Amino acid sequence: MDSKHFHHALKISDDICIGCSHCMNVCPTEAIRVRNGKAILYENRCVDCGECFKACPVSAIFIDQDDFKRIQAYKFRIALVPAVFFGQFPDEISQNQIYTAILANGFTHIYEVEIGVDLLANEVKNYAKAHPEKKPLISSFCPAIIRLVQVKFPALTENIMLLKPPLDITALYCRKELTDKGINPAEIGVFYITPCAAKIAAIKSPVGEDYSMITGVINMDTLYNKVYKYIRNDRSTNPVIIPKKQLSKTAWQWTLTHGEATHVPGRSLAIDEIHNVIEFLEKIENDEIGDIDFLELRACDESCAGGVLLSANRFLVAERLRSYSPVSKDEISEKDSILSYTDYLLRRIGIQPISPRSMMKLDENMEEAMRKMDKSSQMLQCLPLIDCGACGSPNCQAFANDIALGEADIRQCIFIQKNREQTGELTPDESLEMLKSIWGNDKFFSNRK
Amino acid sequence: MRFEYNIESGNFSKAGDASSSFKKILKQLNVDPQVIKRIVVSLYEGEVNIVAHANGGKAICDVDTNCVNIQLIDVGPGIPDIEKAMQAGYSTASAKVREMGFGAGMGLQNIKHNADEFYIQSEVGVGTKLTIIVNLIKA
Repeated sequence: MDSKHFHHALKISDDICIGCSHCMNVCPTEAIRVRNGKAILYENRCVDCGECFKACPVSAIFIDQDDFKRIQAYKFRIALVPAVFFGQFPDEISQNQIYTAILANGFTHIYEVEIGVDLLANEVKNYAKAHPEKKPLISSFCPAIIRLVQVKFPALTENIMLLKPPLDITALYCRKELTDKGINPAEIGVFYITPCAAKIAAIKSPVGEDYSMITGVINMDTLYNKVYKYIRNDRSTNPVIIPKKQLSKTAWQWTLTHGEATHVPGRSLAIDEIHNVIEFLEKIENDEIGDIDFLELRACDESCAGGVLLSANRFLVAERLRSYSPVSKDEISEKDSILSYTDYLLRRIGIQPISPRSMMKLDENMEEAMRKMDKSSQMLQCLPLIDCGACGSPNCQAFANDIALGEADIRQCIFIQKNREQTGELTPDESLEMLKSIWGNDKFFSNRK
Repeated sequence: MRFEYNIESGNFSKAGDASSSFKKILKQLNVDPQVIKRIVVSLYEGEVNIVAHANGGKAICDVDTNCVNIQLIDVGPGIPDIEKAMQAGYSTASAKVREMGFGAGMGLQNIKHNADEFYIQSEVGVGTKLTIIVNLIKA
């Protein structure tokens, strides 16, 4: 098993979790179980897609961010703000007001994440041309998708395009630009305003990179609330800050569905929402679909506009981003823009090959895996196949595997319990204890206050 | 271990089900991802052949720690000239099948390319049996 520790931004608060199993049932990689009345996460299977976060009815699942006060530890406080951040606000709030409010909240500089996009868009075309053997090329944009490919479609890791996503390019650029102005690198704190959990995980334990250029991560909803509050309460006569407009049409729309795919020549497909992606990758892995050049795959419905940390409706965010007026190429001068760093950035745009870390295997040793598979299929034959989840595993198949792996007991199945009570192999008391060990004491009537 | 899958004649929407199920098993058995790919691609081609040409059949997949042995057995027209059928681009697929994107005449070639050993037995008017062997341990 891969010994490297994988950081997960998604955390479950035991104090709040009511063990309702909503998260367990929506997890696309079957990474959650319920034990002792609480949801538990199998860290190696989790891809940080955020489906559990959306499904939790009591907000027990949270996304671990850096303390906002941490920005104050740096003299130069950079906010790396994704385009979707702007799309969340009502139409009557201008982009200039948003910029002003971000700075008023303590940042000294703002860089839109997508300023690196035009450079990348061009490089993707070159990369596709130079690697015809890797078809279909899978975009490296969405970190949840990269992790999904690693754990569920290990044979396809070779198809992942080895280019930095816009975030890393822009982080590299802003650090370089500021240090070139004579600023001490130790005084620069680069904070990414994240729309999702997967980006945090990618920053804290990068895949294909040795280290990350990003100092810390602030959840998008946190900054949204601060900015919105400032704009609502701002009675000051402070001038509104008018930023240098930098984003092209391609850049504004890059993180939306089709944002990348439309720029890659040949036959390119854009697929969003993690279950849709899984369905499609199954077919790609079987070689059922040939002749595709490029796949833009995003874990969230409506791509980053549907990020779990966004506050506004994803369709409205996507529509606003499409309506923003871009700057034309002529308006961006080479001086004072990312263009003057093109060579520097292109030399560093590559990432390391991405290795598979399949979490489907029952055992490292094949003979042992066969023995476990045998056990699992024997168990499955005894199970009711109704996928009720009362055993604390997401479905009967997963439960059978859990038993074979020694992580569950067949008597956790309520159908097995009934049968064994009938034959006298299990007393009603033992049966109740079994259920309590899964769902906790509180859920049983006799104990309910 | 043995896994058997029935393959329905003429149902292209289900062509690939056997390959997908067997792929899941190989992943659980910790077979090398690139080897899985070769096995699954071969099985898929064989599956499509049965769907397209035969009156139904089955895939019998045997796995041990040394190799995967797949037998694709169908009841169908059989192959009159195996040597010709093995040539790239040769196809007896009907126009209807070709329209669906199948029948480019690369199927058997593709299996041969991905397998370590590949055998065809066929009797006209009776059926065809393909045997595909992929080694799990590098020789």
